[in-house]
Amino acid sequence: MGFENFGTVSFTAEAKVADFITQLEAGKVMATRCRKCGGSYFPPKADCPRCLSSDVEWFEVKSKGKLTSYTVVNYGPSGFENDAPYILALAEFDEGIQILARLSRDIEEEDIKIGMNLTVNPAQLPDDRIAYEFRRA
Amino acid sequence: MEDVAVIGVGQSVFTRSCGESIRELCFDAYREALEGLDITGNDIDASIICSAPEYDKQRSPSGLISEYLELTPKPTFYVETVCSSSSTGLRVAWSLIKAGLHKVVAVIGFQKMSELSSRDAAERMGRGGDIIWESPFGITMPAGYAMYARAHMAKYGTTEEQLAKVRVKNSHYGATNPKANYRKELSLEAILNSEMITSPLKKFDCCANADGSSCIILASGDVAKRVTKVPIWIAGLGAATDTMTMAGRESLTGLRCAQEAARQAYKMAGIKPQDVDVAEVHDCFTVSEILAYEDLGFAKPGEGAGLIEDEETYVDGKIPVNVDGGLLSKGHPIGATGGSQIRTIVRQLRGEATEAQVNGAEIGLVHNIGGVGQYGNVTILRR
Repeated sequence: MGFENFGTVSFTAEAKVADFITQLEAGKVMATRCRKCGGSYFPPKADCPRCLSSDVEWFEVKSKGKLTSYTVVNYGPSGFENDAPYILALAEFDEGIQILARLSRDIEEEDIKIGMNLTVNPAQLPDDRIAYEFRRA
Repeated sequence: MEDVAVIGVGQSVFTRSCGESIRELCFDAYREALEGLDITGNDIDASIICSAPEYDKQRSPSGLISEYLELTPKPTFYVETVCSSSSTGLRVAWSLIKAGLHKVVAVIGFQKMSELSSRDAAERMGRGGDIIWESPFGITMPAGYAMYARAHMAKYGTTEEQLAKVRVKNSHYGATNPKANYRKELSLEAILNSEMITSPLKKFDCCANADGSSCIILASGDVAKRVTKVPIWIAGLGAATDTMTMAGRESLTGLRCAQEAARQAYKMAGIKPQDVDVAEVHDCFTVSEILAYEDLGFAKPGEGAGLIEDEETYVDGKIPVNVDGGLLSKGHPIGATGGSQIRTIVRQLRGEATEAQVNGAEIGLVHNIGGVGQYGNVTILRR
């Protein structure tokens, strides 16, 4: 399986990094690291543009992240109308990567603080779709 | 090598719904750009057509527009960097002329957004991000800029009221711009009380989708001196990028693509930020204008809001910005916007900006951004 069931609306399915989805279904959010130069990537890359190698390995994003910024989206684009309001957020992780995802719906808006600790976790969506989201650490 | 000048500028009226085809829309800007010039369409050696794809059914619009304007058999091609497409077109036109391949090049930008619903347009803009990794979360252009706004507020204490003051200014100038879509003055209260779109950005913090076109005609120095009384010289060009993903951004308190493009443009023009007499910046949202003040060096990082508080970006201020109403008043027909900004600065430098003229303006700057800071173009013009 590729990215066809990823997120609220997916726009393309095929990618060499489609294993990301298999691992997401197994409960893990993964990033890639180049075995040659050690460069780490999120979004995951199947190839390393720095040393032109395609010898990359997966690693799990396990650290606590810190919230960089967020916004409460009240107006969803076509395909996302029924999701709104939803909270988009960016968080920075110790593995040297940053991730964009939604904040879990159990976090109240008034409790959100820039710099707060978060984890990134797989999230089941309606209609057998899957994504990842930030939860309070 | 010879210099390159802007010899003609034009734009259509920007409206929510133009009721015309894209070729007719482009004609409006083309006609205005040729007005008063001692050349005709036969003298245009090439045309560069700029827009963001997916808003109209027409594929390969360059050929269509070239035919309508009777520019065949001259070469034409398409350039795209989303909202900064026509500034990228200008950059390409400059290099074609500088290389000696052509003497006169027309850069035509357009967008007809009214054929899509507002939600469908938002979906197209969302796909201007990374469609595998970020669009499936429901990212939009306003949401991306809202995250910049939130980060700027958290780090520097910038307030929603200060953001709103940008709109107060731009609505003041937009009210007298006959080409603007939104020609009403807005009060601080009306802006602050408008509906929340994507926090902290409210309805009146956002520019509107629009239909519109722009046309910029560039020429080599020898031709420019012959065909126009007031050539406006291209003194500096800068272009840069940042990541397509939000996840790749190193900082959310400024646009790296704009900072880098500005550095290049200032260096090429041999000037400093304080030498700029009048500027057009990409105020797709109120926060974008405050980021631009800082990214362009008009204010230090974190001090952009002070410029609008002190009304230094009004016509009589230290550095007048968007005194044509900006994108916030004019509306933002994506591919046409950069050309409209160039037109405003050219009119300022010619002393023709009757609605809000900056007295004695000699050096002008245009800051035009594509996407949520993915593509940055800075152009410096000199009388």
